[in-house]
Amino acid sequence: MDDNKLMNDVLGGGLRALTKLADSPLVERFGLHDRTRKLVYEGARRAAGAAQRFAPKSAGTSSEHSPKFDLSLSEEQQLMRDTLRRFADDVMQPAARQSDDSGAPPEGFLDTFAELGAIAMAVPEPLGGEAERASAVSQMLVAEDLARGDMGLAFAALSSLSFVNAVVHAGNEEQKALLLPPLVEGDGASAAVALVEPHPFFDPHSLRTVAKRKGGELVIVGEKSMVAVADQARRFLVAVDVPKVGPRFVVVERGADGLGVSRETAMGLGSAGLGRLSFNKVRVSEDAVLGGSAALEAQGRAKYDDAVNRGRVAWGAMALGTSQAMLDYVIPYCNERIAFGEPISHRQAVAFMIANIAIELESMRMLVYRAAARLDAGLPCEREAYLARTLCADKAMEIGTNGVQLLGGAGFIKDHPVETWYRQLRSIGVMDGNLLV
Amino acid sequence: MYLELPKHLRALKSQAHQIAKNVFRPISQKYDQAEHEYPKELDMLAALMDGLSAGGDKSGAGIAELKQEVVTAGVRNGSNMAACVGLTELCWGDVGLALTIPRQGLGNAAITAVANAEQKERFEGVWAAMAITEPGAGSDSANIRTTARIDGDEWVLNGEKIYVTAGSRADVVVVWATLDRNLGRAAIKSFLVPHGTPGMEVVRLDHKLGIRASDTASITLTDCRIPKGNLLGTEEIDTKKGFGGVMQTFDNTRPIVAGMAVGVARAALEHTRELLGASGVKVRYHGSLHHKSAVEAELIRMEADWEAGRLLMYKAAWMADNGIPNSVEASMSKAKAARVANAITLRCVELCGGQGYSQNELLEKWARDSKILDIFEGTQQIQLLIVARRLLGKRSAELR
Repeated sequence: MDDNKLMNDVLGGGLRALTKLADSPLVERFGLHDRTRKLVYEGARRAAGAAQRFAPKSAGTSSEHSPKFDLSLSEEQQLMRDTLRRFADDVMQPAARQSDDSGAPPEGFLDTFAELGAIAMAVPEPLGGEAERASAVSQMLVAEDLARGDMGLAFAALSSLSFVNAVVHAGNEEQKALLLPPLVEGDGASAAVALVEPHPFFDPHSLRTVAKRKGGELVIVGEKSMVAVADQARRFLVAVDVPKVGPRFVVVERGADGLGVSRETAMGLGSAGLGRLSFNKVRVSEDAVLGGSAALEAQGRAKYDDAVNRGRVAWGAMALGTSQAMLDYVIPYCNERIAFGEPISHRQAVAFMIANIAIELESMRMLVYRAAARLDAGLPCEREAYLARTLCADKAMEIGTNGVQLLGGAGFIKDHPVETWYRQLRSIGVMDGNLLV
Repeated sequence: MYLELPKHLRALKSQAHQIAKNVFRPISQKYDQAEHEYPKELDMLAALMDGLSAGGDKSGAGIAELKQEVVTAGVRNGSNMAACVGLTELCWGDVGLALTIPRQGLGNAAITAVANAEQKERFEGVWAAMAITEPGAGSDSANIRTTARIDGDEWVLNGEKIYVTAGSRADVVVVWATLDRNLGRAAIKSFLVPHGTPGMEVVRLDHKLGIRASDTASITLTDCRIPKGNLLGTEEIDTKKGFGGVMQTFDNTRPIVAGMAVGVARAALEHTRELLGASGVKVRYHGSLHHKSAVEAELIRMEADWEAGRLLMYKAAWMADNGIPNSVEASMSKAKAARVANAITLRCVELCGGQGYSQNELLEKWARDSKILDIFEGTQQIQLLIVARRLLGKRSAELR
């Protein structure tokens, strides 16, 4: 017996009648108010008692084991977090400015990152990694912490990791065996995900890059943009629309006939080594579809949708990291900057902007974390990921523009990193894919 | 990490929802129009809630249950989260009625937070209002002029209090008064003053923009004598500690107000979606936001902001339940949830046009009710000050 339902029946059925009764002039005129009240009390007491008795005896213990609202991190996540934060502070932040200018991560950056073992930590043990299990929350935390160092470099570092995450979640056994080991072992191999297309109203569910089926092969025509480490990646995971089937990912090897890779510069994220991919009748086997040719059946769609949600969580996490960097930067700046004889942070006009940065950042964080936690709990997540993306697109840019504003003229000058973050945070509303947790 | 409502609170949530739907909604308009008329239906509700707890339902959604927990083993989703969940549902029904449920006053939260064992026993089961604001002191509650002086075994209170929620209906008023105006915050204490005590008088009931089912009273205290034992907490003035006990109440009640905002905003969003749905508006969580109709995109944006308020409230309550200090998070949750609720309820009226503005629907009422949530228990601006001072490491003398 569902105690919850019993209680609701008792409450729901009776409440409306009691509300009417309470309002009846008769109740008051005949001095029935107190008696009616007693009646209600007794009814409720019995209903609650009955609900308790009907509840299975194990109810107490089972609720101990059912998940509780909990924001704490696992030991593994905390350990990874401490490591990555140091890496962000010591390696990424100092390198950010120059790699943004040069349009590529510094020499050896990806190797140093690979040595941290983040990829192994993303892959479950049975697949050759070191993770207890694949976790979207863990991957999201990685993205957040790296983006606190620098969003562009984080994009570069997370590129292979995203490829790995996609294969872990949607690859078939052969693909896992073939594609994961070189990346887990970190032999310099890198990979990238290519989903975003360079046109307005881009929607991962209506792609213009098309892969037509032809005699057991797919023939790909189209264009992908803002692909990280495009000039180094050995493999690309490309989102394509297969006519009459729908959107799917396919693995395309670098050097495939008809694949063009060109450098792309953008408002920000330059340090990721951005590139544009063009597909001029690139032929791949149907086995190259992520999940194998079986994924061309209807069930392949769910895996694709799942990947889109994972992409939204990843970019949400990027927004969190860079917004946090902004908050951490403007606080000491506004405390030290003197105008009119006192720190500008003593003015509400300034202090309230900072409070609002913190409030909206925490708002974004809660939505992104929740979407990630739902992925790990196996709960539907389309709505949550979409809402997280929507909030982050608005608020991250607000934080970006207000961060520059708080520094005034200094914010506009490249001596301070806030203008870089301003340019990077515009990407949150634009990027939808190319990374995933 | 898991950010969903735990299973053991779902029963409580649906019970509160039943009350909101079957008790509050049917009489919502009636008591909005009949301001100052006592909603006698609520006596039934109070009896029902007492019956539920006597019958063994220990979920404890009441305001009187609020407390900062001491750290225990394992994660707790306890009384703070339960109260947030309960009030959210009740305010989905009607904010004004939720504020006038007998024995669920803000004074009850103060009693739970600060009272000693003897006081708790003596005042068990009373309905307690909270009187802080004065004509000359609102947000700057350190500046209150109501005085308390000791005379033998009694406190003698003098002063004037306004905006006292449930001030005429409650059994007891928790009055904030200063022991010495020269000693600032630390000298401010709270006192339990039962109605009927000579010298305390309700002099006026306010006519309001919203929450009209709830009485808002002005109270005067003229040589009002109460027993010595009616002081909440200690009479010691520790200038190093500042407000101490009384302010701690707010860490527990602010997430509750956030919950109230979340409830009324959800009511408006749901009903607006229903009305607009009848005109063919759909809400889909896919596709480019910029390729949607303006109204669909706006509904999604509002929902995202609403979710943020809701989750920040859960976070602040979770911290309190697990013994983690949460002043900043409590303020953040109230700031975000309340401003978002006000914006959402107002926008929903506008989106529904004449239908939204008309009193044939409750949308306009919700837009009036929501405004108070961004004002009481600390205005939006006070929350921003609290957050900013903490982030910037500033004292209130520096960041004023």
